[in-house]
Amino acid sequence: MATTVEPTKAVTQPKMINLTIEGRPVSVPEGMSILEAAKHAGVLIPHYCYHPGLPVAGVCRMCLVEVEKSPKLAPSCATTVAEGQVVHVHSAQSREARKGVLEMLLINHPLDCPICDQSGECELQDYTFQEGRQDSRYEEPKRFNPVEDFGGDVLYVPNRCILCTRCVRFMDDVAHDTVLNVSERGDRAVIGKFEGKDLTHPWAGNVIDLCPVGALLSKDFLNKARSWDVTRTASVCPGCSQGCSMTVETRDNMVVRLRPRPNDSVNEYFMCDHGRLNYRWMNRQDRIEAPMIRRDNALAATDWETAIPAAAQVLKGKRVYVAASPNLSNEALFLLSRLVKLNGGAGGFAVETGPEAPLPGVEDLALRADRAANGKGAELLGFVRGDSSLAGMQNGDVLIVAQDELTMIRDGELARASAVIVIGAVLPEIARHAVVVLPTANCTEEEGTFTNLRGRVQRFMQAKAAPGMARPTWWVLSDLLAALGEKTGYFLPSEAFGALAAAHPHFAGMTYDSLGMRGLPVIQHQLPGVGGTA
Amino acid sequence: MTLSSTATLVHGHDEQYAPVFVGERRKELEEMFTRYPTKMACLLPALWIVQEERGWVSDAGMAEVAELLELTPAYVKGVVTFYTMYHQHPVGKYFIQVCTTSPCGVCGAEDVVKALLEKTGCGELGVTSKDGKYTVIEVECLGACGFATPLMINDLVVESVTPQRVPEILAGLS
Amino acid sequence: MGFPHPSHERETPVLSKHFGNHEAIGLEGWRKQGGYQALQKALAMQPGEIVDIVKASGLRGRGGAGFPTGMKWSFMKPGDGKPHYLCCNADESEPGTFKDREIMRWTPHALVEGCAIGAYAIGAETAYIYIRGEFTEPLERMRTAVKEAYAAGMLGPNAMGSGKRVDVHVHKGAGAYICGEETALMNSLEGRRGNPRIKPPFPAVAGLFGQPTTINNVETLVAVPHILMHGADWYKAMSLSSPKSTGSKLFSVCGNIARPGNYEVVMGFPFKDFLYDLCGGPPKGRTFKAVIPGGASVPIQTMEEAEATKMDYEGFVEQGTMLGSGGVIVIDDQQCMVKQIARLARFFAHESCAQCTQCREGTAWTTKIMERIRDGEGTAKDLETLLSIADNMTGKTICVLSDSCAVPVVSGIKKFRGEFEALIKKTTYHPVMAAVA
Repeated sequence: MATTVEPTKAVTQPKMINLTIEGRPVSVPEGMSILEAAKHAGVLIPHYCYHPGLPVAGVCRMCLVEVEKSPKLAPSCATTVAEGQVVHVHSAQSREARKGVLEMLLINHPLDCPICDQSGECELQDYTFQEGRQDSRYEEPKRFNPVEDFGGDVLYVPNRCILCTRCVRFMDDVAHDTVLNVSERGDRAVIGKFEGKDLTHPWAGNVIDLCPVGALLSKDFLNKARSWDVTRTASVCPGCSQGCSMTVETRDNMVVRLRPRPNDSVNEYFMCDHGRLNYRWMNRQDRIEAPMIRRDNALAATDWETAIPAAAQVLKGKRVYVAASPNLSNEALFLLSRLVKLNGGAGGFAVETGPEAPLPGVEDLALRADRAANGKGAELLGFVRGDSSLAGMQNGDVLIVAQDELTMIRDGELARASAVIVIGAVLPEIARHAVVVLPTANCTEEEGTFTNLRGRVQRFMQAKAAPGMARPTWWVLSDLLAALGEKTGYFLPSEAFGALAAAHPHFAGMTYDSLGMRGLPVIQHQLPGVGGTA
Repeated sequence: MTLSSTATLVHGHDEQYAPVFVGERRKELEEMFTRYPTKMACLLPALWIVQEERGWVSDAGMAEVAELLELTPAYVKGVVTFYTMYHQHPVGKYFIQVCTTSPCGVCGAEDVVKALLEKTGCGELGVTSKDGKYTVIEVECLGACGFATPLMINDLVVESVTPQRVPEILAGLS
Repeated sequence: MGFPHPSHERETPVLSKHFGNHEAIGLEGWRKQGGYQALQKALAMQPGEIVDIVKASGLRGRGGAGFPTGMKWSFMKPGDGKPHYLCCNADESEPGTFKDREIMRWTPHALVEGCAIGAYAIGAETAYIYIRGEFTEPLERMRTAVKEAYAAGMLGPNAMGSGKRVDVHVHKGAGAYICGEETALMNSLEGRRGNPRIKPPFPAVAGLFGQPTTINNVETLVAVPHILMHGADWYKAMSLSSPKSTGSKLFSVCGNIARPGNYEVVMGFPFKDFLYDLCGGPPKGRTFKAVIPGGASVPIQTMEEAEATKMDYEGFVEQGTMLGSGGVIVIDDQQCMVKQIARLARFFAHESCAQCTQCREGTAWTTKIMERIRDGEGTAKDLETLLSIADNMTGKTICVLSDSCAVPVVSGIKKFRGEFEALIKKTTYHPVMAAVA
C-alpha cells in the first residue's frame, strides 16, 4: 500500500509525484528531494552534510543512490523527485559508493573513539559499523592539525572534521553571522575563523549538535559523560518564554547536558546557548529535602502527614496571597489559583528579563526577554505580573511562596504577611521565618506543561528523581486543597491537567495525548482576572 | 603546493597596516563596484589591490576589504586561503614560482628548481633568502607548457628557463 | 603557426594567423586585418540568426567538453526579462594547454569581438572575461584592448552605433585550476571560493548572480567572427574525418618533442603526421613513449594508439582517449611514467576544492601511494588499491576533477603496468608495519 504524505497547506494543492523507493511506492509533493521522500517511505538514506534546517550543500556524497535509467548515481539530498522514478538505496552500487565515502572519511580520521565525546552518538561510527569496511587500506601518515578554541562553548578538533560544512552553513544562513569559513583547499581544508572574531553568537552552540562527528565539541560537556551512560528525556527549556523543545540528558540523577529537540512550530532544530548552558541550577544541592513546620521558634523536619494539615490550619479562613514563580507548571498554577479562589485573595509573579537574541534564519525564534518558561501560563491562569511578586499582597495575607526565590521583592515587603508558607524546591533566606515549608520538585523532576509566549502549551517529562522527600508540585497542592475541603484526588499529572482544561476555556479540550510532544496553541479568549469571572 | 618549511612564516599580523583604499585606489574600487551587480563580486579584484599596495594580504588587509564590501572578515579569509596567488605573509622582494607539473616536469623543471635554490641562496623551497631578496616555490601549470620551463618572478613571466640561464636571469633582477 | 616556430605548410592558420605579428595586437592593426567587420555584421542581425549559423557550423566548445556551441547558446531564452551574462573562460589551467594564452597575447581584439558577438547572440548586455591571475601579459593586452574598444565605440551603450549595449569586463583570477570549471568560475566571479555548483540548476537557467548565463572558452569565441564572415558551410567543410567535428583546432604541443608550440590544423588531421612531421618528432636520440593528447585529464595513449588517431573528438575516443583541451603532452623513453603520473596526481590533489569527500581525500591518497611506488616503497597490493580508489573517485562527485585524477592512474596502470611493477618491491611485508613492530 502506498504511503501518501498529505500536504499540510491546502490552499493550492501541490502536484503530487509518485515514485518507488526501495520497492516501496510513495507519493510526495513536487519539489521534494529524494532523501526527504525516502523518509516518508520509511527509508533512511545515510547522509552527513544534509540537514533539514540548513540549505542543501551536496558535498559529503554519502547520500548517492541508484536511480533506474540514470547513468550516474544521484545525490538524493540535491535531486528532486520525478514521476515514476525507481530508486535503490541499498543496491550493490549504492552500498559500494557509501563504503567508498566512509573509507575516504576514515583515512585521515584519528582513532579517537576511546577519548572522543561523540562516541556513541557519532554518525561516522554508526554508518561505518552499519556498512563500512572492516579494515583500513590506508598506510600513509595521517594529516594532523592542533585543536582550536573557537570561543564561546565551542572547541574545534580539525583532525576529526569531515568537512560537511554544516557549521559554516548554520552560522551563515541561520544565525546570519558568518564567523566560520572553510579555509585552504583539498585535503588541507579545515574549518576556520578570523582571529579576534569568536563563536560568541547567542545561538552558536548549535554547531556542536549539528556536527555529525566529534570535531565540534562543547567545552562545558567535555569528557563529562559517555553517550551510552546518559538517559534522555523530552522536555521544554525553562530558560525563557520561547519554550524550545529540548532533551534533558542525565547521568546518575544529575543533569549533564541539555540539547534541542526538533519542533517545527517553535524552535525547528535549535536552542540558544543561554538555555543550553543554564542547567546547573537543576542539580543544586541546597534543596529542601523534608517537609518542615515551626516548633519552638525553629523549623523542624517532619513528615507529609503532619505538614499538610499544619499548612491547612494556617490557611483556614484566611485571605491568601500567592507569590508564584513564572517557572511553575500550568498544573501547579491552576491548583494555586483554586486556592486563591477558595480563600479569597490574589496571586502575582515577577519575571527576570534580559536582552533578546533572535535567530534570524528561523521565523519567530529568539531568546526572549522574559527569562522564565511559563509567564504566559501564569497570566492565563489569573496571576498578575508585577515588578515584584509581592506587589498585589495585602497586609495580613497568608503568603504562599510558590517556587519563587524572592529575588525581585522590595525590602520589608515580606513583613506585611501574617504568616509565610513556602512551597518550593529551595528555601529563600529571607523566608526562613516561614511556619510551614513543603519541598517540591523542580521542572526536571516532575511532569507538567508550560505555555510559551505565543500560547503554545507543551509537555515536559520527568528526567530525574527529586531529592529527599520532595514531591511533584501538583501533588503537594492537590493534597493541600483536599485538606482545605476541596475536591481533588488527582493521582496523575494528566488528571490535574484535565481539571485545568475543564475549568479554563483557553485549554478547553486539551489532553496530554492531544498535546503530544510538540504541543498545541491555546484557544484565544478574553484574558480572565484572578478571582473574577472565569 | 604547501610550503615545505614554516621557518619564515610570519603570523598574519601587520601592526603598521595603513588603509589601502584611499585616494586613487579608493576611486578604483568605486569604479569597480559599477561593473558588477554585487559588492561581493569585487572581492578578488579588491584583494589584488591590497597585495599590489602592500606586497601581501594581512589580517588587517582582509578586515579593510571586508568592511568596504560588507562581508565578514572570516568570509574574506575563507576566500583568500582558497586562492594560491594571495600571499598570507611577507615574501622576498622577488617571489619566484617555478612550474613543475608534468609537461614541464619531463623537460627538466626539477633541475631549474635546484639551480634556483642554489643561486638565490634560499636553499629550501618557501624559505626567503637571508638578504630578503628571494623566495622560491614550486607551482602548478602556468599555462606556458610549450615554453618549458616557465617561471614567474612576481608578475613577470620568464619563458624557456634552463639551469644554465638561471644566473643571467637573477643578475637581470635589480 | 606552430608558434613560436614558423608555420608549417600543412597547418590551417585561422585563429593563429597573426601569432607573432605585433601589428595585429592594437585596435588599428586589428581593423586593418578585417577586425570588427563580423561584429558590425552581427549587430545588424537578429540574435536568433547568429545562433542558427553557429549551430549549423558544428562549432563545439574548445575548452575540453566539446559541447555544441550553437545548442548551448540556444538554451538562453530570449525575452525572459532577466539580465543575461556571457562568461569567457580564459582560466586556461589544464596542464599541457597554452593556446588561449597565445590568442589573448597576439589577437586580444579577436576575443573582444568574439565576446561581443557571443553576448549579443545570447541576449546579454554584459560579458566577463575571467583570466587566470598568472597570465600577466594576456591580462594587460586584454585590458588595453577593451579600453581601446570602448574608446572607439565598439563597446558600450551604443556598440558600433547599433543602439545596442555591449559591455565587456576583464576579471582577474587568483590561482585555482578548478575555476576553469564553469560553475566554479561563476562562483569565483561572484567573489566566492571557487567551488563548483551542483547541476541542475544549469547556468542557462540560473548562473552568474542567479541569472541565465553562458560560459564559453576563448578559442570557441574567437572562432565565431570567422564563422559569421565566411559562413557555416566554410567551417563545416574543415573536417577530414568525422562530420561531427568541424573547423580548425589549436593544439598546444609540449613535453619531449622537437618543436613544441601551438599548431592549428583541420579537425581529423592524422596524429602521426602531426607528431612526426609538423612537430618534428622526438628530441634527438630519443623515441616517443606515450602521449596525453588533450590535457592531463584525458587517458594516456600508447604510441600505437596515437599513431592511428585522427585528430577530432570522435577520433581520439576511438583510440582510447579524448580530445579534451587539445593540450598534447608528449613523453619520451627517458621519462618514468610512474613519476609523471605521480606528479599529475599531486597536481589534482593540490587543486581539489575540498567539497566532495572522494576528491578531497582520494586525490591526496592517490598521490601518496603513487609517490611511494615512485620511491621504491610500493607493494603489489598498492596497484589494486589505486584502481579501487580510482573507481570510487569516478562518477560520484559534483565536478569531474575527481574523475580526472583517476584517469592517468587507470590508463597508466593499464597501458604501462610494467613500469609500475618494476618499481614494486617483491617483499610481502609493508615497510610501515615493520616500523611499528
